[in-house]
Order: sequence, then C-alpha cells, then structure tokens
Amino acid sequence: MENILNLIQNLLIADFRTATPILLAGIGLIYMYRAGIVNIGVEGTMLIGAFAGSYGAYIFNNVWMGILVAGIVGGIVGAIFAFLIITIKADQIVTGVAINILAIGLTTTLNRILFGVNTSPPEIPSIGKISLPYLSEIPFIGRLLFNQLSMVYLALLLVPITYYIFYKTTIGLKIRAVGDHPKAADTAGVNVFKVRYWTTIFGSMLAGIGGAFLSTGILSFFTEDMVAGRGFIALAAVIFGNWNPWGVLGASLLFGFGDAIQIRIQAMGSNIPYQFLIMVPYLLTITALAGLVGKVNPPKASAEPYIKEE
Amino acid sequence: MSKLLEMKNITKRFPGVIANDNINFSLEKGNVHSLLGENGAGKSTLMSVLSGLYKQDEGEIYIKGEKNNFKSPNDAIKNGIGMVYQHFMLIPRLTVIENIILGIKQEKEPLINEKKAAREIQEIADKYGMDIDPYAKVWQLSVGEQQRVEIIKALYRGAEILILDEPTAVLTPQEIEELFNMVEQLLKEDKGIIFISHKIEEVRNISDKITVLREGKKIGTVDATAKKKKLAQMMVGREVVFTVDKDNVSFGKEVLKLENIEAQNNKGLKAIDKVSFEVHKGEIYGIAGVDGNGQSELIEVIAGLRKADNGSVKFLNEDITNQEPRSILRKGVAHIPEDRQVCGLVMDMDIKENMVMQDYHEAPHCNGSFLDWNYISKHTNDLINQYNIKAPSEKEEARNLSGGNQQKLILARELHREPELLLAMHPTRGLDVGAIEYVHEKLLEARKEGRAILFVSTELDEIMNISDRMAVIYEGKIMGEVKPEEVTKEEVGLMMAGTKKEELK
Amino acid sequence: MPADTKIDIKKIAIPIFSVLVSFILGGIIIKMMGLSPSTAFKALMQGGIGNINALGETFVKATPLVFTALSYAFAYKAGLINIGAEGQLYMGGFLATLVGTNFQGLPMYIHLPLAIIAAFIGGGLWGLVVAWLKVRFNANEIITTVMLNYIAMNWISYLVTGPMKAPPGNYPQSKDILSTALLPNILPGSRLHLGLLLAVLMLIFYYIFFKKTKTGYETRIVGRNRKAADYAGMKSKKLSLLIMFIAGGVAGLAGASEILGIQGRMIEGFSPGYGFDGIAVALLGLNSSFGIGLSAIFFGFLRSGGNMMQMLAQVPVSVISIITGLVIIFVIAGQAISNNRIAGLQKIIDLFKRSEPNNGKHS
Repeated sequence: MENILNLIQNLLIADFRTATPILLAGIGLIYMYRAGIVNIGVEGTMLIGAFAGSYGAYIFNNVWMGILVAGIVGGIVGAIFAFLIITIKADQIVTGVAINILAIGLTTTLNRILFGVNTSPPEIPSIGKISLPYLSEIPFIGRLLFNQLSMVYLALLLVPITYYIFYKTTIGLKIRAVGDHPKAADTAGVNVFKVRYWTTIFGSMLAGIGGAFLSTGILSFFTEDMVAGRGFIALAAVIFGNWNPWGVLGASLLFGFGDAIQIRIQAMGSNIPYQFLIMVPYLLTITALAGLVGKVNPPKASAEPYIKEE
Repeated sequence: MSKLLEMKNITKRFPGVIANDNINFSLEKGNVHSLLGENGAGKSTLMSVLSGLYKQDEGEIYIKGEKNNFKSPNDAIKNGIGMVYQHFMLIPRLTVIENIILGIKQEKEPLINEKKAAREIQEIADKYGMDIDPYAKVWQLSVGEQQRVEIIKALYRGAEILILDEPTAVLTPQEIEELFNMVEQLLKEDKGIIFISHKIEEVRNISDKITVLREGKKIGTVDATAKKKKLAQMMVGREVVFTVDKDNVSFGKEVLKLENIEAQNNKGLKAIDKVSFEVHKGEIYGIAGVDGNGQSELIEVIAGLRKADNGSVKFLNEDITNQEPRSILRKGVAHIPEDRQVCGLVMDMDIKENMVMQDYHEAPHCNGSFLDWNYISKHTNDLINQYNIKAPSEKEEARNLSGGNQQKLILARELHREPELLLAMHPTRGLDVGAIEYVHEKLLEARKEGRAILFVSTELDEIMNISDRMAVIYEGKIMGEVKPEEVTKEEVGLMMAGTKKEELK
Repeated sequence: MPADTKIDIKKIAIPIFSVLVSFILGGIIIKMMGLSPSTAFKALMQGGIGNINALGETFVKATPLVFTALSYAFAYKAGLINIGAEGQLYMGGFLATLVGTNFQGLPMYIHLPLAIIAAFIGGGLWGLVVAWLKVRFNANEIITTVMLNYIAMNWISYLVTGPMKAPPGNYPQSKDILSTALLPNILPGSRLHLGLLLAVLMLIFYYIFFKKTKTGYETRIVGRNRKAADYAGMKSKKLSLLIMFIAGGVAGLAGASEILGIQGRMIEGFSPGYGFDGIAVALLGLNSSFGIGLSAIFFGFLRSGGNMMQMLAQVPVSVISIITGLVIIFVIAGQAISNNRIAGLQKIIDLFKRSEPNNGKHS
C-alpha cells in the first residue's frame, strides 16, 4: 500500500514537471489563439527556445540568463511570425509549418557548430528546486506541490494571472474582441494589429521559455528534436482546455501525467505499450473538437487575417 | 444655428473607383440630415471617412468649426462621432457591458469596473426609454435589442453626432416607430443625427435636410418637403416609375403546395410553424416579412436544403418533401438564392463555370464523367448575349462583375432552364434601380410564360407591386394571406409585426 | 478552366525568386560557419545529379514528395487544409507492410498491386476520418490532421516494437517484405524503383481530374464556396469525404513507395518528414501538376545532395531544412503580397475595360 502511494506521489511529482513546458507554451498559445492567431509554429518556437536556453545558460553560466535568452529569442521568432501573418497576411498554418521545419534546421545546425559534432553535450547549469518552508512538510501534497523546480511555480502562477488579465482587464477584453470580430474591435477603437503583434510576441516568449525548461529543467543539455511534439500537445491542451487558463492547466496536468507514466514505463524497459499513453492527448483533443466531450468554442476569427481597407 | 459638423470637398478613391467625389456635407445641432442614395452611391464610404475607418484622399472635416481629420476610429469617437453600422459591430460572445466599454480607457486602466459601467449603461437606457440587460450576452439579444446596444454604445462614448446606417432595414414598422421616437429625444438634447437610407418615404418623414448622392457624387441638398418624385429623380438620375405594369394573367393549375410545414433553424429552434399555401401557374406569390422571420428556412425547405420536421411540399402534385436538392431542381425548380455572393455564385470562378452550375451534369454539357468545356463556353456566350450581361468574355471572374450583372448571370442560369417553379429570394436586394427594373421585367416575363414564382422580399412597396397574392410571415407563422390591392401598407406593416389578419381593424 | 492552366509569369516568378533568395541565405549561413559555400554547393550538385546513382537518388527522394504534395493539393482544391499527409503516409505504409509481409506464394503481378492498393486504402481511411470529423461534427481539419499524425506515428511505433516486430531481433522493425511485393528497380546502379512511375501516373490523374471531370469541377466549387455548391444541388459533404479519401490515399502511396521500394520493411519513424515537406512542394509547385512534379524533383535533389554536402563539405545536412523552411516562407509571403496587389490592379484594369463606372463594390 505504502509502495503504491509512493509510486503515485512520484508520478505526480514527475507530472508537474512534464506538464510545465506544455503549460507554459499552452498559456502562450491562449494569448495568441484568443486574438485569432493559430500558431502551429509553437513546436519550432519551443525547439528554438530549448536551444537558446541551454546555450544562454552555458555562455553566461547562469540558468536564469538562459531562460531570459530563450524568452527573448522566442519573442523574436514570434515577431517574425507576426510580421508574416499580420502585416504580410501570409497563411498562418503554412507559415507555422515553415517555422517548424526552419527550427529543426537551425537548432541542429547551430548545435553542431556551437557544441561540435560527436562530442557529448556539455553540462550546463540547470534550474534548482525550491522547497517552501513548512508547506513542503505537509504529508503527501507537501512534496508534491511545495518542493518543486522553481520554474514550476512560475508556470502555475501564470494561470490565475492570465485568467485575471483575460476577464478583469481591458487588455484581456481587447484580446477576446480581436479574436472574435476584429472589425468590430477596430470600429470600437481597438488597434487590431497592435493587439495581435503583442499577443504573438508575448505568447512566443512563453513558448520559448517552455522549450528552455526542457533543456535546463527536465534535462540539463540540448538534444536535437528534444521538443518531440510537445508544442502540438500544448495546442491540444489549449483546445481541450477550451481556451481557458484553468482548463489548459487541467489539460496540461492530464497530458503530462500520461507523459510521466510513459517515461517511467520506457525507463523500466517494460513491455507495456506506452505508445497508447502518448496518443491519449491527441485522441482526447479530437473528441473535444468533435464535441463528444463537452463543447469547445474556438475564437471566431481563428486563422483569418484582418484586412483593413483604407 | 451652430454647425456641429462640416465635411468639405471630401474625395475618397478605391482602386478603380471614385467612391466619393468632392462631397460637401454639414450638420447642425438638433437636426437630422439624411444621406439618400442607391446602393453603391457612396453613402457608407462617406460615413466611414467620418467615423475614422477610412482616410479621405482629399478634403477636410471640421467639428464645431475646428479642423479635425481623423486618423482612426478612436480619434473619431473622441470627437463625438458615433456610428451605428448597418451590420452591427457587436461581438456576440461578449456581454452588453463588454461590448460597450471595449476600447474605452478605464478609470483604473487596465482594470475594468463592471458595476460602474453597468450603472452608467442602465442610466442611458432609462433616459431614452430603452430596456436592456447590461449583463446579457449579445448573442442572446434580438436584432432590435442589438441595435439598441449599438446606440447606447455610441452614446456611452459621448457621441454628439450619431450616424445611423440603414437602421430600419432589420426592424418591424413598430420598431421603426420606436426608433424614430428615440431620435426625437436625442434631437431635444441638441445632438445631430445623420440618417443613411435608400428609402425615400422614410427619409422624408424623419429629416430636416436631405443630401442625395449618386455614383459617388453629390447631386444636391434639399429640404424634407421636397417631392418624392423629385428625390427619386435625383437619386436615380432619371424619372422613375413607381408602379409596375402587370398584364392580367389568369392562374393555371397548382404548381407548389405547402401543407403544415414545420422546420428548425440552425440553432435548433423552431423557425417555420405550420406554414401552408399554394402557388399557381402564372402567379407571383409574395412572402412579406421582416428579415429573419423564417423566410430563408422556408425557401430552403422547399429546395431540399433544409429538413422539414413535419408537413409536406408538393410540386405538381408530387410529394417532394425532404428530397435531395438535385432531384428537386431537376424536376423543374429554379432558385435565385438570397445572397448572390454567398450562395449564388463562386466569386473567384469565371462566368462560364458559374453559368453551368445547374447544367454541367447533363448532356450536352458533359460526356460521361467528363465536361465539354468547348460546348459550355459557346452556351455561356449565348446566354451572356441573351441576358445582356456586361462582361469582356465568358472567362471573366464573377467577382469582377457589378452587382447587377452578377444577378443577371444568376437569372440567366436559372431561367434558361424554363422551370415550372422559380424561387426568388430577395432578387433585387442591393441592386441599383436599373438592375431592379430588369429583374422585375424578367420576373413578369416568366409569369407571362406561365411559370409559378415564389417571391420573397422585405421591401413592402416592391412586394405589393409585384405580387398577385401574398402572405405575411412573422416568427415562422403565416399571419395571413392577402391580395395586395385589398389591403393598405399599414395593415401589412401590422401583420409584419405579428398581428393576425383576422385581428386587423 | 482550372486555375492551374492559367500560366501567369508573376505567379511563376515568386517560386523561382524564393528558391534563389533561400539559396543565397543558405550560402551566407554556411559562410558564417566558416565553411565554403562554393564547395558546399558543388558537393550538393554532385550528390544530386553528379552520376547515375546521385540522379537516381534525387528521384528516389522526389517520389514520396510527389505523393504527399498531391495529398495536400487535392485537399486544398476542396477547401481543406491537410497537414496530415505524414500520418496518412504512415497508415499507408502500415497496410502495405501487412499485405507485403503476408500472402506468400502470390505472383508479383497480384501481390504488388494488392500491397499498393492496401497502402492507398490505409492512407485513405486515415484521411476519411478527418473528413468525417469535419462534415459530421464540424471539427477543424487543421487541428485533427495534426493530432492524427501523432496517433499514426505512435501506432507504427507500437506495431514495430510489439505485434509486428520481426523475431528475434532487437530492432524495432517489421519482418521483411516478400520479394513479390517489392517495387522493382528501374535504373540499374541506383535505388530508383517503379514507384516513380506511379507518381507520374498520379500527377496525370490529378491534372485530368481537376481539368476535365465533373467531380473535379464540383470539388473546386465546394472548395471555394461550399454553400453555393449545396444550393446548386451538389453533395458537398460526400465530396469532402471522397476528396479526403483520395488525398489520404495518395499520401498512403508515399508510405508504400518508401517501404516497398526503399526500406523493404517497416521501421519506426520511416518517414523523415515527407508529409510536411510535401506542403512545401505543393506550395512551390503552385498546386499544379507540372509544378508539383518540378518542385518535388528540386526538393528531392536537395535531400539527396544534402548528404553529399555533409560528407564532402562538412556542412550539416540540416542546412537543407533551413533552406526548405525559408523557401516556404518566401513563397507564402510572396503570394500574399502579390495577391493583395493583384486585387488592386484588377480593379484599375476593369475600369478601363468597361465604359460604365463600376459602382456597388464599395459603398
């Protein structure tokens, strides 16, 4: 009995960790998606963030500098994406696909140039744990919730903040309006382009940081293609979470839990087909989209450019 | 009197079109100044310039004597311009409060004080006798209520000049009355109203002054006492005949018979409730009513595009209820859809590809699974000549045609098939007078040839002129069946607002 | 006429320009690495068209790209964005393997076509799921195709580590395909196989389908205005289902061509992203059959030359991905820019064409 409880506790601790990059990118995606931008380039943005984070941490020998670099580089990728889809009005989906292909090429190439081929990756500083006094001594949930990597707390904190921004401030109101009916927002005096630019840049920064958590939090080095679909899972989490920060938190934890179990199964070398666990987020998202579990309600102007006649 | 607004020598060009050509317009406190003109005359463009959505290429705007050219909608709002768009600029998912405060700087920016906003909205609503729940989501509101939200939105932003763009198009006669009362009240507070419309009668009722636009040019400004005939002439550029000459044609056999039809709309609510009527050979049967009272659903049921939950549709005594659209069309039904650009044409395909949409699956347009494009081109060219469609060739994309020529393309496509029944839904909507006359002519020609025509329109004058018999529809129910010459417009107006024929008088 | 028969110089200029700029940028990146762009590009040429083997390899890589690009293009014409060719490719490969590793004793002229048809059905059904979710539940196909990609990849991963794993080895791969189901070599001295012919046939089919057939015409109408199609009595939902079946099926053929023509067995992750590169191929080829053929050869050339570039010039093969990504971005941006301009130009041209002023578009 004790063993099972222990196992569950360990899995849940791991869950918070595996869920964090999904949550960070997912929150980033909410900002974009709610403003009408479907960025399937988050996968690539995360990968670039993962590389930038590890390289930044390596150069400055400080993990937080790495995170900062990842955020900035993610923001730059977001700005480029924003320019292409907002100013030039290129197709969002195809541009996203291009960013993903570009990201694989860029990170792999840079990794080989900067860290060299055939050498084992250098150890870089990584994110440490913060144990909250007293709270972490609470049985079971203490170790679970209050003895985590510092980035986990930050990611969790973003959930209520984002919720508050969306529903209690004019910033959130503008974002929601722009994503549903950009022309109405424009006539009401909202600068549609500005809102879309900033949500894309800010959201991509979070995606970059989410990626950096993979290379500086979960692992402490960069490996090629280390994001491995987590950007798409984040997208899935946003849809499954019905574009709501709390929903996305729930979805991230759910999807992260599958991931945590899967890693454990693979590590044990067990024969249990872990692949089905990996499929779960995707299957759930499809059923959610089809309206089979609850009803999702995407922003009306998703993936549509705003063309203003002047 | 002091001038609230002066627009001087406004010119606005779009690629290939001069939408506003050197237009002057002014508005005084406590006045209604109307903009009268056909679709495409440049009324909405002029007002979009005033509301900051477009930038004029030439000319100046003066607000209370001060030069003020707006750079953005926000700029215009700050200067007291409030625009109520014909297609409401409201976000259905948001609440009334959220829609109204959107884009306004809050006291504790960026924090929203919802309670305060609700109170202020309620105050405005009470003041003008409007009933509105600030916490309701906009999608839950009726069209009339949404219009009120738009007006409150403009007033909340301190509008002193209120622009109403075709505000009556979606309202019942009674709702129009309420709107006009509200306008009276606004005028008492020295606000200025700009009223945009293409309906002469209405404009004469409400205005102090009327400016007529035609093809982007200002034709003149006159007092509201101007004669209807004169206004029409200014608007169209020639004399207009208000009545349609109809030959007396005797009805033939029954072509279409509806019995107790019931159907739902896209939201799953009942849209058609026990509708029954019949249309005869050589008869134009009108369906009058305010938009959104089930007309679309009704036509879709007949055409097989929407499932009837109950009742039957008979075509030439054959039950065609809930058959596939293709099989209904092939029996001899033609359809002029309600919105030519949305469901009538494929805008980025060329004329011949649009022309053959009903015929392509039958020889000689095709040969087995393959299309005969040579034949189709030839056939299309014949129809282009026959229906006088102005286009350089059959390879011109539909989007490059004017509205009138787009509608001619649809008329050609549907009428050349010599249908027994023609479903004509808003066939003149958004057209200029010349094109409207052409459509009427074609409808009457078809009637003479013995076709049965089901004609849906929201324009009371038009439908009473054209129809042999007509039914008035309200919330999916038929309020009564009348002969146009036996009723007054007022009576039909009451029926459009939900009074049953038996309850009249 | 279908849009792809209208040859427009401006349209063709964009892809050519995009390729040039991407190469220049690629060269700059190589230079920044401290390597020689000219050596790298020489090696690229050598690896792409230097000899029979290299040339064959270029077409070997082009073959699956033709299929996946056609998959994107088919769906695109029906107004659907199919990001799911990768998954459809895997499902096609799965059924091809199932047929190809069984039925010992069948003659080749039955076994091979059977395996190919199986691949088409496998990919087709995977595409059909997308269309069904779309027409039945209105589920956005962009998202469902992305999700189904990962489901398919993990399904294959499960199969080759589990039920279809070749005994007794430790490698995650299936049994060998029986020789009667292998696509025969058609160019001695290279790996080029009969799949190329199949790709050419599919290009011709695509051309005829949209240019000449009733169903192709209906599809284009559904793709541009579903409502108008319904009003004209076309069955838009059935058409969506049909087209996504074809689109998925064609992508499935890419799986067959890889497994029956190159690998000889099913391996975990046997596609190096052909499904996604197919989008680039279709874009660069302007969704026309001829263009897709050309741009598939171009990307095939990049892939086969890229390996040589890594060997001879020490330039990582991943530079090719950078160039691919850049090409897509430039093409899509160029098209977006020119579309906006063309719309403006068109209106001016109209004014001169017609004597009467063209009102009614802006009011």
